[in-house]
Amino acid sequence: MDLINFEATELRLGLPGSSTDEPEIKSTTSPVNTNKRSSPEMDSNVSDENGSSRSPPPTKAQVVGWPPVRSYRKNILQGRKSDQPEMGSGMYVKVSMDGAPYLRKVDLKVYKSYGELLKGLQEMFKCIIGLYSEREGYKSEHAPTYEDKDGDWMLLGDVPWEMFITSCKRLRIMKSCEVIES
Amino acid sequence: MSLAGLARDAGDAGDYFIPYPDQVLENVLENVLVFLKSRRDRNAVSLVCKSWYRAEAYTRSEVFIGNCYAVAPRRVTKRFARVRSVTVKGKPRFADFSLLPQDWGAHFTPWVAVMATAYRALEKIHLKRMSVTDDDLAVVAHSFPNFKELVLVCCEGFGTGGLAVVVSECRHLRVLELIEDEVFDDEVDWISCFPSDGPSNLESLSFDCVESPINFESLEKLVARSPLLKKLRLNRHVSVQLLYRLLIRAPQLTHLGTGSFSPLEESNNENTRETDYVSAFAACRSIVGLSGFREIAPEYLPAIIPVCANLTSLNLSYANIDAEQLKPVIRHCHKLQVFWVLDSICDEGLQAVAATCKDLRELRVFPIDGAENAEGPVSEVGLLAISLGCRKLQSILYFCQQMTNAAVVAMSKNCPDLVVFRLCIIGRYRPDHVTGEPMDEGFGAIVKNCKKLTRLAVSGLLTDMAFSYIGQYGKLVRTLSVAFAGDSDIGLKYVLEGCTNLQKLEIRDSPFGDSALRSGLHHFSNMRFVWMSSCQVTQEGCLDVARQLPRLVVEVFRRDEEEGGQRGDFVDTLYMYRSLDGPRADAPLFVKIL
Repeated sequence: MDLINFEATELRLGLPGSSTDEPEIKSTTSPVNTNKRSSPEMDSNVSDENGSSRSPPPTKAQVVGWPPVRSYRKNILQGRKSDQPEMGSGMYVKVSMDGAPYLRKVDLKVYKSYGELLKGLQEMFKCIIGLYSEREGYKSEHAPTYEDKDGDWMLLGDVPWEMFITSCKRLRIMKSCEVIES
Repeated sequence: MSLAGLARDAGDAGDYFIPYPDQVLENVLENVLVFLKSRRDRNAVSLVCKSWYRAEAYTRSEVFIGNCYAVAPRRVTKRFARVRSVTVKGKPRFADFSLLPQDWGAHFTPWVAVMATAYRALEKIHLKRMSVTDDDLAVVAHSFPNFKELVLVCCEGFGTGGLAVVVSECRHLRVLELIEDEVFDDEVDWISCFPSDGPSNLESLSFDCVESPINFESLEKLVARSPLLKKLRLNRHVSVQLLYRLLIRAPQLTHLGTGSFSPLEESNNENTRETDYVSAFAACRSIVGLSGFREIAPEYLPAIIPVCANLTSLNLSYANIDAEQLKPVIRHCHKLQVFWVLDSICDEGLQAVAATCKDLRELRVFPIDGAENAEGPVSEVGLLAISLGCRKLQSILYFCQQMTNAAVVAMSKNCPDLVVFRLCIIGRYRPDHVTGEPMDEGFGAIVKNCKKLTRLAVSGLLTDMAFSYIGQYGKLVRTLSVAFAGDSDIGLKYVLEGCTNLQKLEIRDSPFGDSALRSGLHHFSNMRFVWMSSCQVTQEGCLDVARQLPRLVVEVFRRDEEEGGQRGDFVDTLYMYRSLDGPRADAPLFVKIL
């Protein structure tokens, strides 16, 4: 059972998607094809500090990189069906831009706000992307949209950031002129 | 200065034209050296004298770079001018197990940039554990008009978009092998990008690691117009029905990666199913290597029986099958030399292997479940059986939960040809589960009895005694992997002082510190690299090494990319290697070079 999943079932007050102050478990595994069973990093200090490096560590915890089986192999055996890692070390969504030949992937967890995300996307696709505003209309040629959990395509910026990152399945940067208000 | 120029000058002076004696010698030498392939021999030749150095450099057509940071690309292209094949290895092996941070380095970009102008006649690129971008692949496609072979092993950073550029523009491409790479799914239909005019030169196409679906119709057409195709390794998106369609088009194959080896859900025709596949395999008279079986439906496995008698290599390491499913197949594999399998076959399955595969040279048994349980499907029973049945064994990688010294000792005596012995007891610090003793004696016997041993990986409960044996007897050992083992600095000292041929040392989570590190000062410059993570070396100890060995690049970092490299009192990860060109310029912020 994936230890990281406990968070999702926790009862909490607050908006879905809002996080409490979680202990910083920095991810160490590679972002793209992550081992679904990637474990929280076990502090190897636990065995070192005591001076007795031979005391067997708690059996429930998993050690990073042990046994030495390539994470690629681990993933395959666990019957990982989708090629998108879901939990733990990243929240990757595909990003397509109208007119660009290649898709990219972004890790939404890396960004803390729409502003940061847009900046990242701009660097990635080398273009200017602006949020739509009721008053001013489109500030640029490109408009960022996303597909949410229900399959609807929405404009970026409508919902609070925390809610957005949990519901966003995929991003698409459209030409502003092609966006149709629904 | 050309010979023609020399002749002119000499002629003008009214003298005979006598080329410099060196020049004659060099010409002769060049014609001889062209036949010399071995790297070691060539290195020896280059040391004889300057003229031999030049001749050797001029005739070396295959360059091997064991560590991309050991030498700058320009130094290589300056010395070796007429290169047709380049092999470059990047990240240390522990990167495979998430012990190296993502952005550590090993970029192919500076290499390809330099080679693009220096090696216009380049035909082959072979990379292992390098970071390769789509742009790099584009440079390859555009820079080498004669490009023929691209082999990428354990690489990352590129996607199907990059592949599309390579296959569409490298008109002479014969070999494209993607082995255990991480390939971005850019949703580009790269298989359709192979030129479709006329027959293709394709001899080998491996994409079993590519996770994205492929355009099967294009693949089928490609196979149909590739009469020279010998090796085809499909990814898991090719079902067994689609495999059938390819098999009947390519009966000349010698190596096949079968894809998922399970049917698409909608299928169902009990009657024709087995017969068709069996005869399709039967028609492939040349198959000697089988792999794939990514999502195997075990009832299809018997279809491969017609080719078993000729198989020299069988990779079932993604196939979750048990002993009963293996036996009907393995009992035909008399010629098998290389066998990779999951421990789901249990000791019983290994016994079946031992009974038939008398010619086995290489065995790898991977774990289905990496958790540290008490029980495991394979044990000393399987190891013993293999040692008794497969006397010609040269290489073994064996994952198990528990082991006994007796079985390891038996293997050391029954399989004297062992060159590679890698035993991974998943339960850390586990002693011999029958006697309760450390595994020292078992590994001791291996280094003592297997006189050809060059690669060793140890595990289980090990005291400094084990390392004393390794240092004493492991004189040919070049690669040593240690994890969760040893008592004190003495253990590592034994190794560094005793293993005179040690090239690659990788250690994790073992109580070796500065004093042990210092005992290797005389040898580090002869090694490719040393890796020590979660051990007890300090910043000062590493600094000391860096100061005393200026030709060594000493990197210190934390796995979680926090700056500074320390975890408490000790260095988190130490990675050091010799380099002709000093510390690298592309080290990320979290890497400290001392």
